[in-house]
Amino acid sequence: MSAQAEQDPTAPDEVARALADALADIAAAGTLGELKAARVAHDGDRAPLALASAHIGALPGAERAEAGRRVGAARARLREALRARQAELEAERDRQVLLTETADVTLPGGRVLPGARHPVTMLADRLSDVFVAMGYEVAEGPEVEAEWYNFDALNIPPDHPAREMQDTLFIAGKNGTSASGIVLRTHTSPVQIRSMLTRPLPLYVVSPGKCFRNEALDATHSPVFHQIEGLAVDEGLTMADLRGAIQAFVEAMFGEGLRTRFRPDYFPFTEPSGDVAMECHVCRGASAEPGGDPCRVCKSQGWIEIAGCGMVNPRVLVACGIDPDRYTGFAFGLGIERGLMIAHGVTDIRDTMEGDVRFSRAFGTEI
Amino acid sequence: MRVPLSWLREYAQVPADAAEVARRLTAAGLEVESAEPVGHDIGGVVVAQVLSIEELTGTRKPIRYCRVAASRRQLDEAPAGASAVICGATNFAVGDRVALALPGAVLPGGVEIGTRKTYGHLSEGMICSAVELAAGDEYAGILVLPPDAPLGEDFASYAGLRDEVLDIAVTPDRGYAVSVRGLARELATAFAVPFTDPADAGLPGPGVLGGPLDHAGPDVWPASIADPTACDRFVLREVRGFSAEAPTPLWLQVRLARSGVRAVSLAVDVTNYLMLELGQPLHAFDRSKLSGEIVVRRARPGERLETLDHVARTLDPDDILITDSSGPISMAGTMGGLATEIDQASTDLVIEAAHFSAEGTAKMSRRHRLHTEASYRFERGVDRELPLRASAKAVAMLASLGGGRVVPGAIHVSVDVPPVLISMAAHYPDRVAGVAYGRDTVVRRLREVGCAVRETRIPAPTVAPWRASPPEPPELSELSELSEPSEPSEPPAQVPVSALEVTPPSWRSDLTDPADLAEEVIRLEGYADIPVRMPRALAGRGLTRRQRLRGSVGRALAETGYVEVLSSPFGSGADADLLGLPPEDLRRNAAAVANPLADDEPLLRTTMLPGLFRVLARNIGLGFADVALFETGLVFRPRPGAPDSAPILPVDRAPTVAELASLEAALPDQPLRLAAVLAGARELDGWWGAGRPASWADAVQAARAVARACRVPLDIRAERYPPWHPGRCAAIYARVAAEPGDGSGNGSGNGGPRQWLAGHAGELDPRVVGAFGLPARTCAVELDLSVLLTAADGIGPVQAPQLSTYPLATQDVALVVGADVPAAAVESALVAGAGDLLEDLRLFDVYTGSQVGERRKSLAYTLRFRAPDRTLTVAETTAARDAAVAEAARRTGAVPRS
Repeated sequence: MSAQAEQDPTAPDEVARALADALADIAAAGTLGELKAARVAHDGDRAPLALASAHIGALPGAERAEAGRRVGAARARLREALRARQAELEAERDRQVLLTETADVTLPGGRVLPGARHPVTMLADRLSDVFVAMGYEVAEGPEVEAEWYNFDALNIPPDHPAREMQDTLFIAGKNGTSASGIVLRTHTSPVQIRSMLTRPLPLYVVSPGKCFRNEALDATHSPVFHQIEGLAVDEGLTMADLRGAIQAFVEAMFGEGLRTRFRPDYFPFTEPSGDVAMECHVCRGASAEPGGDPCRVCKSQGWIEIAGCGMVNPRVLVACGIDPDRYTGFAFGLGIERGLMIAHGVTDIRDTMEGDVRFSRAFGTEI
Repeated sequence: MRVPLSWLREYAQVPADAAEVARRLTAAGLEVESAEPVGHDIGGVVVAQVLSIEELTGTRKPIRYCRVAASRRQLDEAPAGASAVICGATNFAVGDRVALALPGAVLPGGVEIGTRKTYGHLSEGMICSAVELAAGDEYAGILVLPPDAPLGEDFASYAGLRDEVLDIAVTPDRGYAVSVRGLARELATAFAVPFTDPADAGLPGPGVLGGPLDHAGPDVWPASIADPTACDRFVLREVRGFSAEAPTPLWLQVRLARSGVRAVSLAVDVTNYLMLELGQPLHAFDRSKLSGEIVVRRARPGERLETLDHVARTLDPDDILITDSSGPISMAGTMGGLATEIDQASTDLVIEAAHFSAEGTAKMSRRHRLHTEASYRFERGVDRELPLRASAKAVAMLASLGGGRVVPGAIHVSVDVPPVLISMAAHYPDRVAGVAYGRDTVVRRLREVGCAVRETRIPAPTVAPWRASPPEPPELSELSELSEPSEPSEPPAQVPVSALEVTPPSWRSDLTDPADLAEEVIRLEGYADIPVRMPRALAGRGLTRRQRLRGSVGRALAETGYVEVLSSPFGSGADADLLGLPPEDLRRNAAAVANPLADDEPLLRTTMLPGLFRVLARNIGLGFADVALFETGLVFRPRPGAPDSAPILPVDRAPTVAELASLEAALPDQPLRLAAVLAGARELDGWWGAGRPASWADAVQAARAVARACRVPLDIRAERYPPWHPGRCAAIYARVAAEPGDGSGNGSGNGGPRQWLAGHAGELDPRVVGAFGLPARTCAVELDLSVLLTAADGIGPVQAPQLSTYPLATQDVALVVGADVPAAAVESALVAGAGDLLEDLRLFDVYTGSQVGERRKSLAYTLRFRAPDRTLTVAETTAARDAAVAEAARRTGAVPRS
């Protein structure tokens, strides 16, 4: 080896060694500060490759191009390595910063206690929604109601035993007597009368609302409770349509394919009248079979009574000015609190009336 | 009604067990609530004969040591083979046949009888009473059987104790079914087996009655009907020489016990038995206590009667009475009088069987709160053809069981009643049910019910023959589409159709309309067979805007931490005092319930607050100190000058518009309210730092949330209004667009936007807080949702904003105003002065203190400006800010804070 050759910093060996040294230092740099030092040492003005680059001009013309390419390629690699390591170390620094900001994300919330809607309101809305989807409209009426709407127009004449069935709260008239002709409505049926008197035919309405009876409060009876009633008046409606409406409702509320059972009953405002039970949506009737597991929801009856119903008594149609020879109607009624008992396991109706926040909160904002 | 199945089987021999009977009766509309087996657990009780009685001495009560033979062989071998039994009863003698429970016997309820040592003797079994055998309900010593009771026979078989008792919920329209007769008829129809009518079977013949059923009896106590609206048939028969001591036979006792009726005495038991069997209430008078002709009439003013229950009743002129020359002796069809009651010494009985007005008996029993087995039946309708029959059976039974003789004939007073005839298109039941039954089925089913049916052809029979004509009043002309007289669409009116002329049977007073007949056909054919026709889609319009907004309001409050509750709508007059309402406050004018649930809460709420306060207190008592509650509901505000009562309108036609208005006028106004109460912390302390207590500002914010859900802009002003804190009460006004001629607003405003008072919000007056026992600083809001929803009705659809993307320019201003200047006034002045360039503004600080001076405050606002079409210059925004400040200075005296 010649001395001259040993002193040429652009010689392949020299360039390769300088690059190797530089790459080793860059790789070894564990912090941004060490990398900065490596940058000064290997990419600074006095760095071997910088010196080699400066030396190129001193080379013979024939070697210059070759040496220029060699040194240039080495410096490009060096700078790429610096850039990549810089990015790595910066990312690592940022990661460390975020780690120190770690919080316990399982800490509880609850700065403001959760609100809720009352399940009676929500179920009434939900039931209305089912019927609205079937094309019914929602009708409402007053809670303090004229006796004529609450009884007479519904074919419950004075002294009919059916009036006795419903212990009525009367509004005091003159001298505190009950002869005011005004009552707290005992059912939402007066809304049916109001609907028939004011809405055009055909008529399909549901009326949810609060009702009152003179009953002692216990686990299954409340003097203040809620009903939802449906009424359809049209040409050609039959009991088959009534069954269809209730079947559609049951399937929408409780599940496809649930059967309904229809039995005779008595209500003054419908003739014929019936009551409807649905197959238990929980056990589907299995609890009533021999050897079936007991069912808490249907009390192992297999069926749950859900609604009273019937064909609107022609006398009611006449009292509302509707020609019963042309129009027929059907009506049905369900108890909202009873619905909560069936669908949501409410066991004591008092819970719906006493305003305990735990009760409403359990139901949240959508039932 | 409770009825033993064996009794029904006597008149309808159905080939089915109790479960199937229950199923078919229920399917026919007679809901069998339970079918309870009785007597099946009795075993080892036999008919025995008492051989000897030894009265033990030295015992505290009489005790007998008896030898009893339980078989012919034991009788013959007596006393060696006979059982020795200790017995505490004394109502039997040697030779009597008794029911003996042998060792190993089982009595109802699973009670086992063994051999036991008692009173120094070994007792091999027990001589039974009726109670112990569930064959009666009264303990009157042991059961002494008739001498012909077969010795050694199984007692349960002998006495017919093994049975099923059906408990049937009879609906109020089916009076006929409150009897063995009616139920057996239904059972026979349900199983298509022959029916034996107990009203016809077993009637006594002329030998007993002296002639046919209605044979007049000149020797029978005389009677007449003075008021044919009270009673249209009255029958008396007599038995004389009756032994009041005669026992009621065992079989009759068992049937009464199984039907839930107490045994009393033979005469009473026989009348009760026939009432259960036929459905005809009967009454027995002691002839020796009567004086003068019996007259059925209404009560006279001031008349009184002491009834069998030892209650002296003052009678109402509308009451229906049985009277004699002494005055009232019985409340017709309800309860007899004490003075003419039969007793141990009665030998001559006058039996009354009558048909009283259903409405009259219903009114009377309700008026006197006297509900009896008899009134229960009369108010549901009793067969008018029964009195002659039931009374004949009664006197024959009494004479044969209690000795004595039947006085020939009867006193029979009757008022002619026009027959009921119902014309019905033969296909009407098909039209109601949606099932093609066909005319033959309809006729057959109606005949099974007991109707006489004649087929005819007449033009389109109406289903509402009682309808008043003309059916529609002229006032309803705007609703003509629903009341326009119209021809039935099918079949055409002019073509005569197959029609049925139906006369319902005498026991079916409930059948008056074609619809009633349709129901009979349909229920007997079976509701289960009615097809299910799924509804076709209708053209409904969905929820109304008001209904949708109400849902939004509830959700808005629930999502900001309010819990919806339901409170009692009842309260007391003291609530108004607790609220601190002035004497003239309209909230003191409440509707009262005549028969309140609780005597101390007779009033209907005029404000939601007291009920909500009580619910709040309840929750706090349960340990929930930080509570925000809300409720929506109606309040009841009697209208000044409203009539005292609402009329009862006719029902055979639609009411006129004027008639309907007369109903509405009498009802109280019933606006929909929303109220909320807050106590404790609105934001809780926690790892995030300190919370903050609920304040008046939260209550006002709740009002804003409700109004925002309704899209109604508000104006909020300080006002004094109980029960709120006089310095922390906001009056909430809904801003509504002015409409020419709109006089419905109750706010101020002339020409400009109108304001309707929608409610109040803030902190409660501390005195009210104390009076209701609430936590200090409880806050509340009460809004009239009806007002807000009406205001919302006037608001059109949302108009989308034009969104400018030019840069925002911000300017802060601090204004010093007097301490009593409302921030809302300053804000509205700034908005008005800033002009169209103002995008929004926000109050970010309120400062009071020495730097702004005594009784002054500084309000610091950020004003944000943006133009739709350009970047604003500093000069423009500064000019706008200055204009805003100038307007605030002009309106409120505000000066920029230096």
